[in-house]
This record gives sequence, structure tokens and C-alpha cells, in this order.
Amino acid sequence: MKPLQKRVIVNGLMNVLSGAAALLVILPLVLVFGFLVYQGGSSLNLAFFTQMPKPVGEAGGGMANAIVGTLILIGLACCVGLPIGILGGLYLAESRDPRLPWVVRFLADVLNGVPSIVIGIFAYTLVVLPMRRFSALAGGVALGVIMIPIVLRTTEEIVRLVPASLREAGLALGLPNWKVTVRIVLVTARAGIVTGVMVAIARIAGETAPLLFTAFGNRFWHSRLDQPIAALALQVFAYAISPFDDWHRQAWAGALVLISMVFLVSLAARLATSGLQRRTR
Amino acid sequence: MIGVDANRGGSAHGAPLPRAFFLTPRGSLWGDRIFQGIVYAAVGLFALVMTGIVFALVVESMPAIRRFGLSFVTGQEWDPVKEAFGALPFIYGTLLSSLVGMAIAVPLGIGAAIYLAELAPFWARAPIGFLIELLAAVPSVVYGLWGIFVLAPFLRNWVEPLLGGTLGFLPLFQGPPYGVGMLAAGLILSIMTVPFIATVSREVLLAVPNTQREAALALGATRWETTWIAVLRYGRSGLVGAVLLGLGRALGETMAVTMVIGNRPEIAVSLFAPGYTMASVLANEFTEATSDVYLSALVYVGLLLLAVTVMVNSAARLLVWTVGGSVKGIRE
Amino acid sequence: MTTRSVAATRLMGLALAGLLLAVPGLPIAGAAQTLMNGAGATFPYPIYSKWFDEYTKVDPSVRFNYQSIGSGGGIRQISERTVDFGATDGPMTDEQLKKAPAELIHIPTVLGAVVATYNLPGNPTLLFTGEVLADIFLGKITSWDDGKIKSLNPGVSLPKTPIVLVHRSDGSGTTYIWVDYLSKISKEWDEKVGRGTSVKWPAGLGGKGNEGVAGQIKNTSGALGYVELAYAITNKLPVASVKNASGKFIEPTIASTTAAAAGAANNMPADFRVSLTNAPGDAAYPIASFTWLLVYKDQPDELKGRLLAKFLWWAIHDGQRYPQDLLYAPLPAPVVKQIEEKVKQITFKGKPLVATR
Repeated sequence: MKPLQKRVIVNGLMNVLSGAAALLVILPLVLVFGFLVYQGGSSLNLAFFTQMPKPVGEAGGGMANAIVGTLILIGLACCVGLPIGILGGLYLAESRDPRLPWVVRFLADVLNGVPSIVIGIFAYTLVVLPMRRFSALAGGVALGVIMIPIVLRTTEEIVRLVPASLREAGLALGLPNWKVTVRIVLVTARAGIVTGVMVAIARIAGETAPLLFTAFGNRFWHSRLDQPIAALALQVFAYAISPFDDWHRQAWAGALVLISMVFLVSLAARLATSGLQRRTR
Repeated sequence: MIGVDANRGGSAHGAPLPRAFFLTPRGSLWGDRIFQGIVYAAVGLFALVMTGIVFALVVESMPAIRRFGLSFVTGQEWDPVKEAFGALPFIYGTLLSSLVGMAIAVPLGIGAAIYLAELAPFWARAPIGFLIELLAAVPSVVYGLWGIFVLAPFLRNWVEPLLGGTLGFLPLFQGPPYGVGMLAAGLILSIMTVPFIATVSREVLLAVPNTQREAALALGATRWETTWIAVLRYGRSGLVGAVLLGLGRALGETMAVTMVIGNRPEIAVSLFAPGYTMASVLANEFTEATSDVYLSALVYVGLLLLAVTVMVNSAARLLVWTVGGSVKGIRE
Repeated sequence: MTTRSVAATRLMGLALAGLLLAVPGLPIAGAAQTLMNGAGATFPYPIYSKWFDEYTKVDPSVRFNYQSIGSGGGIRQISERTVDFGATDGPMTDEQLKKAPAELIHIPTVLGAVVATYNLPGNPTLLFTGEVLADIFLGKITSWDDGKIKSLNPGVSLPKTPIVLVHRSDGSGTTYIWVDYLSKISKEWDEKVGRGTSVKWPAGLGGKGNEGVAGQIKNTSGALGYVELAYAITNKLPVASVKNASGKFIEPTIASTTAAAAGAANNMPADFRVSLTNAPGDAAYPIASFTWLLVYKDQPDELKGRLLAKFLWWAIHDGQRYPQDLLYAPLPAPVVKQIEEKVKQITFKGKPLVATR
């Protein structure tokens, strides 16, 4: 076989294989989504989005407080996780110190592997015990800590790939270092960083274990940030482990709403930062 | 790497920038100082959090460490009533389930990332990319329940008998098909880690400058060859970062794994056998742990998980460094 | 995007963020209500949520927020005073009571039964004795057609398949009730395994939570395990009748569960920390248990204390209308009388909080 032919065949083969990989990756999502829709689709109605949870046996009832609660928790988590994550990632990508960044990077990878329940217990000891009560703040801290490694490492890898020529151009134009970093490097890396943040948000939106000891959950509307607050993941968990079919259906509906919420947040963030255009190619 | 390229990435690539990068005397020195201060504050806060977690783990596990010492790591018995604790089955379970999960997730994830970044038709990229990101948003309890009701029966009725029938001579595929077990756990883990690996890898590949691709194409490379030579090589460290992110998730995942792994603290070679992971035992028994020794033993397990994570991460980095070192230093 | 649209989007984003954070600060209708937080066992979550919902009609000035984090979690949180009341499926041990900052009292609320459930072709109704169950869980009986099972169920055709045993992987009150019963019946079990919310199981797979075990049994032919009665009923799984202390084979029902408490009423300890397994009484199902609410005898806050005591009074009287529909067993009348005395003992700085009716 001529070398050219071989290369063309390899090319075609790899195209097919990687396409197959992409398809296989989506397959479980389709299956899980199908499962959720099949089991819980019937429970999705207006009441679901506007009402509070009702006891078993009563028709209706929804997860309105949990939906808002999850949004608030994500917001609080971002307040903790984004500054540390993005700035830390910048540090790792830019610093030329031989040892400290290595240690920080290592610690971030290790933190990524700590089970979320351990982080929840850490937040419990740090926030709940001194305050003597469960609160949305504690939940935000726990989720924020979980976010940090994902945002940090993604930011680092993306910022590294920003070409030096862009930075040099900025410096040549007389911009101070920090402006070059913020207005040129970060902006160029914006799309990738946003993706990292979205992946982190997706992860924390679905976390239950850390919230059990921090945000605690609330069957009613929260009134203040230092009170327990409802969250979709918690409500889904509580309903899913109950013996009642009616609650099971609501749990699956809740999971669907959670996934859709993350989808919408992700879409909104993309639109706001870089539009639908990814890059000029 | 294709030729000498002025478009190489920032200072980490060894490009000619002054050593004390943050402190070059330039116009707004205060701006630089403040920014540097903020960055260091963030890093300091992070280090503080990490130290806090490690410290808390060590302090809480001290009673168990004093009582069991290193025999905890090699012991195989887990008896809360008699207070005899040994963590070896959990360590084995964590390592094996993560290994199976990563073995499936890494090729699939990077393959999908390559497809999305390089080879897919333009109209398909955004939708498929979104779908993969959504996988990360599914709550782990949903994965767990889906695992019990859909995946485990499927494995028990179709996959495990098939594997046992054809490859049953291997000790990996022997034993009664329960459905739940190491194989189910590995599969669920792969489903849960693949979105992280795929998404972050895709971003890394997309961030590779076009000049790399153009240079390869100009030399007559096929699409795939361009990807292999110009893009993958260039983005290698980023890909490693993506894989490590996925690995961290696999090692620490609790809810979904504990629902499908069978929760039997025993060491078995077969993938069909039930097992138990460190994160699972922690989640299962922490809230109900009654005695102080019991609680301390569980925290000791958490500490060991941290140690295992450190070791696995080090091993992965070492592997990359030795393999990557053969190509003349671009980064690291 | 032009600089202007970027700035506009940023402004919108900030406004949205501000709104979300301000919402918590807005006075919500009814914010003048008192919020009481409670944590603990997962088993009574459905009946407690029904009670708390009904109680807002009785007393609209208070809202009870209960979350299930496990009995151990409930005990820990009430001891830390991060919640106003706790809930547990297993009574607190003496050590745990000593560790609490003040005296805690146990108030039984409803009863639950732990049943042996299984998956066999034809869903036959099986009879078991405690000894046979202990042997199965010890791993001594491994096949469905074992002589011991056959002799108890002569009319049933039992297949030659191995028993796929399922137990709980997570620590739980359900497990505690089950192994407490087995320890009472089988000396070998007591010595080899013992009692606890988590034990070293000699055999079997672990499922997470009642629903994990039920799900596994439902999906595996030949499986056998233990779950709370409610889970077996809602999953349409068959339940086994077990021989009680009087020698009768009793089917686990709501009535037979209440009978177990009635049987123990005569010997009820003052603090209600009692195990109801293998209770005396002809109609008593042998694997039953109370579930308790944990409250401080001396309440730290007068208003909250009064609201709590009033709720407890309601729960043991009017509240007992609701458990049956949700597959829990109500308290028998003689026990209610005894609990009344206990509730009257809840005080604030020495003053009892519940007026004698």
C-alpha cells in the first residue's frame, strides 16, 4: 500500500473513531435523560415551579423554593470559588517561581479528589458550629471550596496557551503588567475560563452530601442567608430515597429541572462573555 | 512542535521574559503591586483552606492512628461492633474502580474532545459540546439510582453473562453476575468523569493557536496528522490537567458509586464481584458512627484517601514527565 | 461584541446578581413566623412532613423544618444545639446522653416494622423463624431449598437457587432493629456479629438506604433482604411472616406493629428507651420499633419551647390520625398516656410548658 493511501486510510479511521467516541460519550446522557423524562416528565407542570413541597398523598406541590435556593447557593459559591480559582490559576500560569506553583498545583489536584462529604464536614466545622446554626452561607462556602480546583486548573491551562506575542504586544504598548494580564490575557482566555466555570457549576449544582451539614435544606422559603435554605439536589435526594412513587416522580422532575437550569446558566454565561462565536477560524 | 514559533504560550514556555516578571518598573507600579497582592492573597487563602482540611483530618483521626497505627492500612477486617478496623479492602476498591473508570473515560473523553475541536462539522460542535457538559450537571444521586434500576439489571442480564461466557477464562470475569459490583461502579465512574475530561480537553485543544495547524497543513499533513502532530503535542500538558481533574473526581465520588458497587468490604479479582471504596464507606457510615473510635477510624479512612490521591497524582505526573521528557522541553 | 454591549451585559449581570442576593433580604410574607429546625432519621420523614404541614393549620405562627440526615446526625446536631429538636430510630446510648450539654428526653412518635422481603417466582408468602433468619444472615443457609426453610413452608415449591442476600451498607436504625432482633434470638449472632447501626455482615451485598435494598431485591431474582414495611408495600414486594415470642407466625401489618408496643406497655421504662423486638403479646409482630423525637427537658427559649411542647402534645393525640395512610403504625393508647406525663415534664427554667388538660 502506498504511504499516501495508508495515511488517508488512517485519517478516515481516526475520524470515525473519534466521532464514535463523541457518540458514546453522549449515549449515557441520552439514556439518563430518557429515564428522567420517562419517569418524571408527567410531574412537570406550572405548580412544580411555583409551589412548595407538599406531604405525600396530596396532589401538586413543587420545588419552587429549592429552585431559587440552588441559584442562590451557586451565586454564593461563585463568590468564594471564582476569585480564588481564577486568580490562583493566573498565578500558576504566569509565575516563574520554581517551587511554590508546583506545590499549589499539586494541592489543587489533591483537593479535587477530596470527597465532597469531607468538604461539607469541613464547612460544618468552620461555619455552622461557630454560628450554631445551619445556613445558606455555610452551603455556599462548601460548594465554593469544591469549585476551586476545577476553576483553578482550567484557568491555568487555558491562560498558559495564550500566545506570548499578545502579552508582549501589550507590554510594548506601554501597558502596566496587571493591565496586560486583566485586559488582554484574561479576555483572550475568557471563553475557556467560562467553560471551566460552567463545568464547576454543573458539578456543584448536583452535589448533595456537602449540603446536608451546611445548607441543611428548608421546606419553606428562606428568609435570610444565615438560615437553612432549600436546594434542588437535597430535595431530589430526600424524595428519591422515600418509598412513595409520587415523590419519586417529583424527584426525577426535579433532576430534569436541575439539569435544564445548569444548561440555561451555561448558555447565558456564554452569550454574555463571548457571544456564540467561539473563535475566528 | 513545528519549527520555531513566536506564537508560543506565555512565560511558562521559557519564552524570553524578565525573571522578576511581576516587578518590572513600569508606569503604574501601584497597580502592579496591588494586583500581585490580590493574587497572592487568593493563593494564600487557597493554601489556608487546604491546610485546614488536612489539619482537621489528621487531628480527628489521631485516636485511630494511635490505636491501630499502620496495621490499619493492611488490615482487612471492618467490624464496627467489635471495633476492629482495617482499610485495605477500601483502598483496593477505590483504586480498582477508578482504574476501570479512567480506562474507559480517558480514551473516550479525549477522543470526543478531538472530534469536537478538530474534526466535527461546524454546525454540530456547539450542540454536542453542550450535551457533554450537561452530563456533568446530573446529580450523582440520579446516576446512582439510574445505575440500580437500569445499568445493573442490564449488566446482570446481558453484559456479564456475555463477558463470562467469552472471556471467562480470565479471573477478571469470573463469578456470579450480580449486576452490581466493580464493573458497574467503574462504568458509572467513567460516565461521571468523561464530561470533565472531554470538556476541558476540548477547551485546551481549541486554545492551541491556528498557526500550528496551518504549518502542519502547509507541510501536507492530513487532518488527523495535523491533529496528532501539531495540536495534541502542543496541548499535552493541558490534556494531562484534564485527565487529572477527571481522576480526582473518580477517586472521591461517593453517592453514585456506593449505590452500585455492592458495598462488600472484600478484596476480589473479578470485576463482577462487589467491592467497597473509601469514599463510600465514609459517606455510608459517617452520620451514624456512634463511638469515638469508630468516628476516628472513618476519618482515618478519609486521611488515607487523601494520601492515595496524593500518590496517584504524583505517579501520573511522574509518568507524564518521563514520557514528555523525551521530546525536547517545551514546557515542564 | 462592541464595548458598549459588553458593558451593558456586565451591568445586567451585576443587576441580576444584586437581585438574587437582595431577595433573601426582602421581607417575605409571614416572616414573622417562628422557624423551628429539626434533623434526624430518614425513616419518619414522610409522616413528619405530613404532621408539620397539618400543624400549620392548627398553629399558623410556627413552621417546622425537618431534614433527614440520619439518626446519628440527628443525635449529633441536637447535642450541638444547632437544631431545635432531633429525631432518631435508635435510642441514644448512655454515653451519648452524657455528652449532651443538658438532659435530653425521648418522645416516641410512631412505630415502624422491619420486614423480611424477597423476590421469588410466584411471590409466595413465606414463614420464617428468627433462628432461620439468623442462619441465613450468618451465611449458614445459602439456598432457597434448604431443609430448614422447606420445613417451615411445606406447601411452597422453593427453587434450587442460591439466596442473594441483601443488607444495608449505610449505618441505620433499620439495621439496628434487625440485628437487635437477631441478637436476641440467636446466641451465635450475638457473639459473632452483635448489635449496631453498622455491623460486619458475614454474607451478602450492601444496598444504600431502604430504597437501595428494595430496588436491588426487586431487580434480582432469588434475593432476600430486610426493609422498613413501607418500602416493601410501595414496591409491591412480598413480606414474610415471622414467629413471635408467643409462638405465633405474625404477618407484618400496621395493626401487628402497634400491638408490639401495646405488649411492651406494661414494662415501659420511664425514658422510653426500649427495644420492642420480640415483644410479648399474641398479636405482636416481633421486629418492630419506636421512632423518637429528641428534645431538651429544659428548653433554652420560652417561645420555642412552648411551641414545641404544644406540637408534641398534638402529635401524640390528633396527629395519630395520619400515620396509617402513610404506612406507619400509630401509638397504642396505654403508651400515649405514658408519653403525656413525659411531655408535661418539658420546662422552661423550671416552669412546665404544657398546661394540663
